[in-house]
Parts: sequence; structure tokens; C-alpha cells
Amino acid sequence: MSPRPFRLRKISNPPVISGFKPYGNKKNGGKTESVFLHLEEYEALRLCDYEMLNHHQAAIFMAVSRPTLTRIYSKARQKVAEALVQGRQIIIEGGKIYFDSEWYSCKSCSCYFNNPEKQEEIKECPLCRSSNFMNYEPDHEETEDTLTRCMDICICPSCGFETPHRFGCPCKDEICPECGNNMVRKGAPLIRNL
Amino acid sequence: MKVAITSNGNSLESKLDQRFGRCGYFIIYDTETQGLEFLPNPNKDVQEGAGPASVQLVASRNVQKIISGEFGIKIKSLLDSLKIQMIVLKQPEKSIKEIIDMLNN
Repeated sequence: MSPRPFRLRKISNPPVISGFKPYGNKKNGGKTESVFLHLEEYEALRLCDYEMLNHHQAAIFMAVSRPTLTRIYSKARQKVAEALVQGRQIIIEGGKIYFDSEWYSCKSCSCYFNNPEKQEEIKECPLCRSSNFMNYEPDHEETEDTLTRCMDICICPSCGFETPHRFGCPCKDEICPECGNNMVRKGAPLIRNL
Repeated sequence: MKVAITSNGNSLESKLDQRFGRCGYFIIYDTETQGLEFLPNPNKDVQEGAGPASVQLVASRNVQKIISGEFGIKIKSLLDSLKIQMIVLKQPEKSIKEIIDMLNN
């Protein structure tokens, strides 16, 4: 069985340089093998050590799970340390990544467009030249709210007060704010208290 | 600057094609000379890989922007590396003439 395919890592911007060269190598004139730092590892270093994000936040930025981010990050540190200690050149390239091309949506002609030139800021819609555009975030809805929301309703068996059910909180643990009774799931068969 | 527009016919009255890789025609419009070039898409009925082949065709004309209804997953990263701007216009009723007018004003 083949292993599960890699999830592509999201990188916001390519690095400004493509590598580092050591200097002043006394031993063998700097003729050692280079260390290949993958772009995803560079991004993990950037997010965790430069932007000072925690692993959870960095993982969300790179669209991977938290443990995966930690694995990428530790690999990155290992490689950088290796290069420092052994006086080896660092080349930043490769890795399973995609660039987070920023998408914008124009309000006046209702089109979507991206920005291929990362360094330059977009000032007008490329189609209708209006400046009435905004950042388009397709993943906007996938916040914690959607994770905790579900269609069920909690109902109070004595006074009939209804509230949306919260995911992960059993209805019987919810207290009715009106009369102080324990609530039940709406539509579920009523459990009789004997 | 050259702009590619996906079209389902080879006239100015044709409508914007909602697919990129398997569109009928590519219309290359030069904003400086106002010149138009109609390219029939050879990858229209290809089973697989129509997107990358179309990118190659369009990129060979030194296009800087592409207007289409949709771009596939394979194409997005390709166009990103070629620094070609994607413009997604989800309006299949728009004619090529209207789009060119929008680009001109």
C-alpha cells in the first residue's frame, strides 16, 4: 500500500534570497556539501521564530496539522544547526508547497483576481480599473463557529425554552436560563424521571 | 500588455468560456495596439492535461493576464510561477466585446 500523499504546505512569500554561504572556512576551503533547506522548512522557521507565532497558529497559516508543523520545524532547526556547525552552505529550495497567491474580489465588476507580483501592491481592479475591491477569503466560513454549530436544538422539558445545541456539550448538562431545569435534545424521546 | 480571454467562439459577439483548459478559443488582446488574435484551442477534446497544455500555448504569446470563468488546481501553481495574473469572471453571459470595453476604460 502506498503511503498517504503529502498535504501541500502553504507558503505566503518566497524567501528574498536563495541561500547562505559560509565564509572563513579554514579547514577545507568551504568545499563541503550544501544543506538543502526546503521552502516549507524555511516558512516554518519564519512563522515560528521570526513572526513569533506558536505552533498551532503557524500550522493554520501553512494549512497543515499542528504535529506536522512541529515536525517540519524541528527538521528545519536540525538542518540550520547542521549547516552552522559543519560550516556548510544552505540552499533554500524544493519541498511540497504552494504559494498563497492572494485573491481579491472586485465589487464593481464582481470578478476575482490574484496578485502574481508579491512585492507590488495592487491599487486597482485589473479588469474595470475601479479601486472598490477587497481581500477575498474563501476559507472565511471555516472558523470555530462552524465547528461548534449543528442543526439540533436543546429544549427545556418544563417551560419549553429553546436554544441552539452546542457541539460537545450534552443537552442534559445545560441549565435552562428561564426556570433552572436541565434541558433535553429537541425531538429525542423524553426521559421520564421516576 | 497582452491579455488572454477564453471564448466559446471566434467573434467579438461570442461569450466568455467558463472553462480555461477546454475553452473553444483563446483571444489574445493587446491593450497597447488594440490588436486581436484568435487562437483555436487544440486541447479542447483532450482527455487529460488540457490545462497545462493551454498554459503553455498562452504563455508562448507573452500574456500577462488571463480572464476565464474558472482555473483548475494544476494551473494555479503553474500560472503563479509564470507570474501571470488570473482574473476569474463568473459571468457566462458577458460577451468578448463587453470585456474588451471594460479593459479599455
